[in-house]
Amino acid sequence: MARIGLWAALAVLALPVLAGLAGVIGPAFGYFPALGSTQISPEPMRALFAWPGLGTAMRLSVTTGFLATALSLALTVLIVAAWQGTQSFLWVTRVLAPFLALPHAAAAFGLAFLIAPSGWIARALSPWATGWDRPPDLLLVNDPFGFALVAGLVLKEVPFLLLMTLAALPQADSLRSQLVARALGYGRVTGWLKAVAPRVYAQIRLPVYAVLAYSMSVVDVAHILGPTRPPTLAVQILEWSTHPDLAMRFQAAAGALLQLGLVLVALAVWRGAEWGIGWLGTRWAAGGARGQKLDIVLRPLGAAGAVLIGLAVGLGLAGLLVWSFAGLWRFPSVWPEVWTLRNWAGQSADLGRILRDTAVIAFGSTAIALALAIAALHASPGAGGARLGLIYLPLIVPQIAFLPGLASFALVLGLDGTRMAVMLAHLIFVLPYVYLVLADPWRAWDARAGVAAAALGAGPVRVLWSVRLPMLTRALAVAFAVGFATSVAQYLPSLLIGAGRVSTVTTEAVALASSGNRRLIGVWAAVQMALPMAMFALCLAVPALLFRYRQGMRIA
Amino acid sequence: MSLDLDNLVISREGRPMVALSCHVAPGEVLSIMGPSGCGKSTLLAALVGALPPAFSMQGRVVLNGRDITAVPTHARRLGILFQDDILFPHLSVGANLGFGLPRSGPDRGQAISTALEEAGLGGLQARDPASLSGGQRARVALMRTLLSDPLGLLLDEPFSKLDSALRAQMREFVFARARARHLPVVLVTHDLEDARAAGGPVLDVLGNHLSLPVSSPADLSARTS
Repeated sequence: MARIGLWAALAVLALPVLAGLAGVIGPAFGYFPALGSTQISPEPMRALFAWPGLGTAMRLSVTTGFLATALSLALTVLIVAAWQGTQSFLWVTRVLAPFLALPHAAAAFGLAFLIAPSGWIARALSPWATGWDRPPDLLLVNDPFGFALVAGLVLKEVPFLLLMTLAALPQADSLRSQLVARALGYGRVTGWLKAVAPRVYAQIRLPVYAVLAYSMSVVDVAHILGPTRPPTLAVQILEWSTHPDLAMRFQAAAGALLQLGLVLVALAVWRGAEWGIGWLGTRWAAGGARGQKLDIVLRPLGAAGAVLIGLAVGLGLAGLLVWSFAGLWRFPSVWPEVWTLRNWAGQSADLGRILRDTAVIAFGSTAIALALAIAALHASPGAGGARLGLIYLPLIVPQIAFLPGLASFALVLGLDGTRMAVMLAHLIFVLPYVYLVLADPWRAWDARAGVAAAALGAGPVRVLWSVRLPMLTRALAVAFAVGFATSVAQYLPSLLIGAGRVSTVTTEAVALASSGNRRLIGVWAAVQMALPMAMFALCLAVPALLFRYRQGMRIA
Repeated sequence: MSLDLDNLVISREGRPMVALSCHVAPGEVLSIMGPSGCGKSTLLAALVGALPPAFSMQGRVVLNGRDITAVPTHARRLGILFQDDILFPHLSVGANLGFGLPRSGPDRGQAISTALEEAGLGGLQARDPASLSGGQRARVALMRTLLSDPLGLLLDEPFSKLDSALRAQMREFVFARARARHLPVVLVTHDLEDARAAGGPVLDVLGNHLSLPVSSPADLSARTS
């Protein structure tokens, strides 16, 4: 009976991914009964490989994915290795939450508004330093190499990897190991890399794989910041999937399968690189080089990276807000000449409706995910080692590889285009994050409280509801906020399962990307970032208010 | 009321750690002594019905003539006190006591305030447990357990985190209340003073009787004061 929760959670994680993949494999080889095609044929694959942009699209997917992952991981490790145990590091960990709550698309828009030829940076430097009195003709956003895309991904992946690393540090006995290394004469960074990094990496390996898979196949960020003509493979697949000509669905499925293969090969290559780096690293560690001088360069570098990310996100978001209230704003001016509410007023009808739909979907999927996560954790008292891998399944199999298949099933079942279907599709991605956030505090809970309650005559149900869950209120609230933010940020599931009939603030904002209308983008991206932030604030405030007279419920 | 451990053997990976067979009379305190890691706390976990999965248990636990070996923790009616008070941090002092009090009692509010009076904490119902001193919290934890109307009491080094003056007071307080209610008590400790103050038989985890060294003048004076 108790294990039902566990099986339900596993089903939510695994079944849609497997069904979605099955729904892609069929059409990739010409089998798509819903479109009247029951003949197995190599035609979709042939059409895919005949597309002239394929080589470039594949190369972009690989280079941007690897570059974004390697940069994010290097920066995360550098920040932790160089600054762990200092006051500044403590401060970084405290401001992490809003960065995590921020949807990828909003961060990407913010960055685009900052670095574009007519963006804030160019304005701040013009004309006095650059001599520009009109925006220069430079391809800074949507550059053909995908550097802007990589930058946009790094902004969001560093905070994620940082959070995962923070969770791994205590088990790796990080502070004391680094102290021992430093007492042996090692520099901070070198000591950490040699003594702590291997243990920490073993624990953040799956999150790193998720980052690699995500970076290679992301659609919304690539659509906003990435190259065009050809775009990355994932963006092109989406274009085919949503093409009015339904025959393109076959080609899209073939592309999705190729994308999956690409990610799997990349993961294998990454795994191989781990071996190589591990082997070299062991020799390096045994070699005894202290690397004290390295700190002089690496500590400021880590700090600069953290500050740069903070500035890029902070100024980016400020830029979105300013654009949403901008009337006339000529090029070199740093501020708009005219401020106006017109941009907001013009959207007010849609804003209310779409905001409500987005909140309902996020609320529903997060509530279900929280219930499932609690049920699953309750059913597996030990640390479920093998099961933990499955948690990452929806995060490692690219969305673009299985969601088109899932959308076909939804279409056949007549479920597509409903808010309920979108909510359930979000659940697939919300559940892993809710579970990951909740699992550590859940297991860290003092089990003696449960024994004490039971010895006082409380049965298992009462122990759960009257003792364990109330004691974990704060963790539950944070898990809820993370789940809510994850749902709000979802682009592909909303678009594909919603079949264009369900809009969320994210689909609206991303749809405006190619319009170039900065004022409208500003409005929608501002709403997109405000919604999860508001939920975060609420989820931090409610337990604090509820337990304002209970010191024992404060964060230790 | 009495507690019988009937050929109780607790093993880990097939190796027995604890082997006991004894009778604890009403109002008597059985002290189990030994170094840390010998299985003292595991014994209490077994008695209360919360043995970690890595261990296995043979034999029977009989409370007041009723075999409770297979009874779940919440239906055993054995109270337990840990090293830490384990007061629930989200509940007030009064609500913590109310958590222990069986539902069917006539006047719950009266029962709670009487219990607080008895512990010298009258009128502290609405307080946050975190705002009490260590000694006060320990007394609330004891009263919470007694309010649940147990038929036996298990003590897992409950005095070890108190400072020495408070420790003597708290021992006296706990043992007096257990005697008054005729509860059989199993005390697990590595502190000779605890075992001496308990005044009952002293065993190690394999059931060997231990004789306590003669008291030093210092603890004699502590006991007479």
